[in-house]
Amino acid sequence: MSDIATRPAPNLLANPLVKAGLIFAAVIAALAIGVRLDPTNTLYAIFVDPFQQMAQAPDLLVQTVWEGLVSGVLYALIALGFVLIFKASGVFNFAQGIMVVFAALTLVGLYEKGVPAFLAVILTLGVMFALAVTIERVVLRPLVNQPDIILFMATFGITYFLIGFGEALFGGNPKQMIAEQLYLPKGAVDLQILGGLVSLQKIDIAAALIASLMIAALAAFFQYTRIGRALRAVADSHKAALSVGISLNQIWVIVWFTAGIVALITGIMWGARSDVSFALEIVALKALPVLILGGFTSIPGAIVGGLIIGIGEKLGEFYWGPLIGGGIESWLAYFIALGFLLFRPQGLFGDKIIERI
Amino acid sequence: MNAEPINVTGVPVRDKGEVLLSVENISLRFGGVKAITDVSFDIRKGEIRAIIGPNGAGKTSMLNCINGFYQPQEGQIVFKGERRAKMRPHRAAAGGIARTFQNVALFKGMSTLDNIMTGRTLKMKKGFFWQALRHGPAMQEEIAHRRVVEDIIDFLQIEHIRKLPVGKLPYGLQKRVELGRALAMEPELLLLDEPMAGMNLEEKEDMCRFILDVNNQFGTTIALIEHDMGVVMDLSDRVVVLEYGRKIADGTPDEVKANQKVIDAYLGVAH
Amino acid sequence: MLYREAGQYKSTYSADMAVFPLREDRIGIAVILGVALVAIPFLGSDFFIASVMIPFLIFSLAAVGLNILTGYTGLISLGTAAFMGVGAYSCYKLTTIFPGVNIIVLILVSGLFSAGIGVLFGLPSLRIKGFYLAVATLAAQFFLQWAFVRVPWLFNYNASGAIEVPQRTLFDIPLTGASATPETRYFVCLGLVVVLTWFASNIVHGKLGRSWMAVRDMDIAAELMGIKLLNAKLAAFAVSSYFCGVAGAMMIFLWYGGGEAADVFSIRLSFNILFMVIIGGLGSLIGSFFGAAFLSILPTALKFGLPALGIPIQGAAAEHVTFMLVGALIIIFLIVEPHGLARLWQIGKQKLRTWPFPY
Repeated sequence: MSDIATRPAPNLLANPLVKAGLIFAAVIAALAIGVRLDPTNTLYAIFVDPFQQMAQAPDLLVQTVWEGLVSGVLYALIALGFVLIFKASGVFNFAQGIMVVFAALTLVGLYEKGVPAFLAVILTLGVMFALAVTIERVVLRPLVNQPDIILFMATFGITYFLIGFGEALFGGNPKQMIAEQLYLPKGAVDLQILGGLVSLQKIDIAAALIASLMIAALAAFFQYTRIGRALRAVADSHKAALSVGISLNQIWVIVWFTAGIVALITGIMWGARSDVSFALEIVALKALPVLILGGFTSIPGAIVGGLIIGIGEKLGEFYWGPLIGGGIESWLAYFIALGFLLFRPQGLFGDKIIERI
Repeated sequence: MNAEPINVTGVPVRDKGEVLLSVENISLRFGGVKAITDVSFDIRKGEIRAIIGPNGAGKTSMLNCINGFYQPQEGQIVFKGERRAKMRPHRAAAGGIARTFQNVALFKGMSTLDNIMTGRTLKMKKGFFWQALRHGPAMQEEIAHRRVVEDIIDFLQIEHIRKLPVGKLPYGLQKRVELGRALAMEPELLLLDEPMAGMNLEEKEDMCRFILDVNNQFGTTIALIEHDMGVVMDLSDRVVVLEYGRKIADGTPDEVKANQKVIDAYLGVAH
Repeated sequence: MLYREAGQYKSTYSADMAVFPLREDRIGIAVILGVALVAIPFLGSDFFIASVMIPFLIFSLAAVGLNILTGYTGLISLGTAAFMGVGAYSCYKLTTIFPGVNIIVLILVSGLFSAGIGVLFGLPSLRIKGFYLAVATLAAQFFLQWAFVRVPWLFNYNASGAIEVPQRTLFDIPLTGASATPETRYFVCLGLVVVLTWFASNIVHGKLGRSWMAVRDMDIAAELMGIKLLNAKLAAFAVSSYFCGVAGAMMIFLWYGGGEAADVFSIRLSFNILFMVIIGGLGSLIGSFFGAAFLSILPTALKFGLPALGIPIQGAAAEHVTFMLVGALIIIFLIVEPHGLARLWQIGKQKLRTWPFPY
């Protein structure tokens, strides 16, 4: 599939139509900014002023980068769920975002029913396993050998079902994550750097640590265990893996369950920062540009891509956003990814694809 | 057998000898892998030119260079007197180079008729608004091209599968439809990449007959890759032999057959 | 016996190339059009026309548009709603700037703006394919949705950020605005949808349509046959966005009658239209209508149908059940018939053709 997904066309920028289009787009964007400002100041506002601000208040810059880093870690975690499933089953799992919400909601919901916090975590893991088995039985198994787009659409179906199911069970209102009960740290660490105060939330530090640990564990799992080897085999070719006796069904359950664990951890971290609600579903879409940057099959790619997107969008919003009215965080990530694609269509860590006919 | 053009249809036979396309010192690399190294040969008007060689010799890459799908790092291609280092696929198509593919590359969701009709795309000129109306000039154009396509369908004897989606046809017929699609472009140079791969004897004989007929009736120049030596020796006027991306022999089938290097390449050589 | 091709000889290529080569099909279409033109407006209640038929027609048009892009050309788009929004906002600006021009003309023209924006966001499609392209279209979705909120010029600096649909008439009959009757709006919708679908059908059966399908099925071969990929893909983006834009303009002017359009053209709508196309059948115009009928009528049917059956269900719960049902139905459909309702329709016709002697 990856070869279908990324066919590089040679030197796109050499195409006059494309070039004209890009220039046109750039001019429109520049004009949109220009009308809002004094024309002579436009260039200054774009190219000089933000950097001056950065230099004048380095503590703010550090704070912004840190914020970006943290949201980048969370994007990376969601992207990681995508990558796991894509690698092993070739399914582009649109439902990863909703799985995060669903896992977090289940955890909080169980706790509210009076289940002790850590038992609730274990029970939630059980629910995620049940979900993985159900998805494999009900959705993946009947759809084996269908084109990728069909499987992709099926995960849309899963998404919708889980939204309805989750709302019906737990209600649509935002919930509070049980961060304290899980002994997650609260409060902030204030650092005195560069002549200013930079405030780091402890939960963010914990999130970054836990994410790194999990990624290391996953990498080791993939690299050194028998199941990990089977997973890589399946990722390369379903048929070849079947022919050497690897059970696809078993692998799929394992992969979806792993993605479920990742989803739960992401959900806890995310929920501890804001709250648990279905709004996360839209945020989870940001994992897609992360995937574009990192490539659909690369775990390090997901991490680095997540960080680039996270930091890039926070910097963009903070320093350039006000120029065009703010709120550009909602789309900047996609444009960063598109910009990258123009130069490296195979992603940061992808190999150059040679097409054969 | 020598495919001397026989004037059966009244189509004027172009004299052989004039060079239609020549490949000059082509080299193609993928990263560090050398697919083709410094290969030159020419294709003359009206001839059937075979490109043979063991697997991985760079035959398909050579065809890909000729019609612009790959761009060689070194060397030039002269087509109809025009010399260029790089060929763009649609330029090649517009210049009259058509091809078929090793693994059938038909448009699987479309019917046989529509597949062959796509071959006429370059020759259809009516603009978007006429197409949106599908009446008047656009319809007349469709009908005119449909006539040509029906002639090709008759020629290849695939009338019965006209409206069937090609994805469901047996392999031999798919190959035939693919040939039809290439013919619909009315090419001057037809590149056939293993037109008989995976066919049984009867289908091979049919395909050979079609290739010879195309060459005779339409005067189309043909370059083909084929592994069946019997077919190659019977059909072709001249043969070029590649091994590991280099040219090791070039000449008439008899010359090539006698060439020691070719024998070594195919039968192996004691070291 | 009733539906067969035996005995219907075609003596010209144009008869063979007709979209409905069988007499029975032509009769069927005539009957459907007759019902749509006469029976529905005279027999249907205002409620039925305003909340079932008009949404159905508008969604059908949007689904036809997306089907051109996704079904015929094989380019996934998650930005349909944004392109619809471009149509709606262009139409609004156009009515403000040219109040004298007929609203139907303006609706048709506003599609052109949508087509232009569509081409712009389609440019990356040369370089990227498949899911990567889906992300590129998400960029369009979020950027345009942001613009609908943040660029006050688009909604005439209205404090609430909402679009107000002015009253526009044709021969003194109000077509848009508060005093337009559901029947009039329905007729306008019907006319636009029928004409535009006819155009779409012509295009997909002609040279351009064949190039699109060639690009979809095997882009390399298409390129080597002289089809310029960029042109074909951009044409698909343009035509598709045109249809979506017109559908968006119709949505605001003939259905909603104004409101906070930025909320309407959200990513949810994009997904919904994609589902319509998938459930209806990729690469089938009639499938777009089936899919739109199914998904636009299902929520209404659930909301009013379940209580009527004696199953008590409240507003919020109904919504949850709708979500779950839609999700489950998508999966069931994909398992049972991945090629959508259109394929079921074809199979049915095939059965009918040989009935009652299938051997």
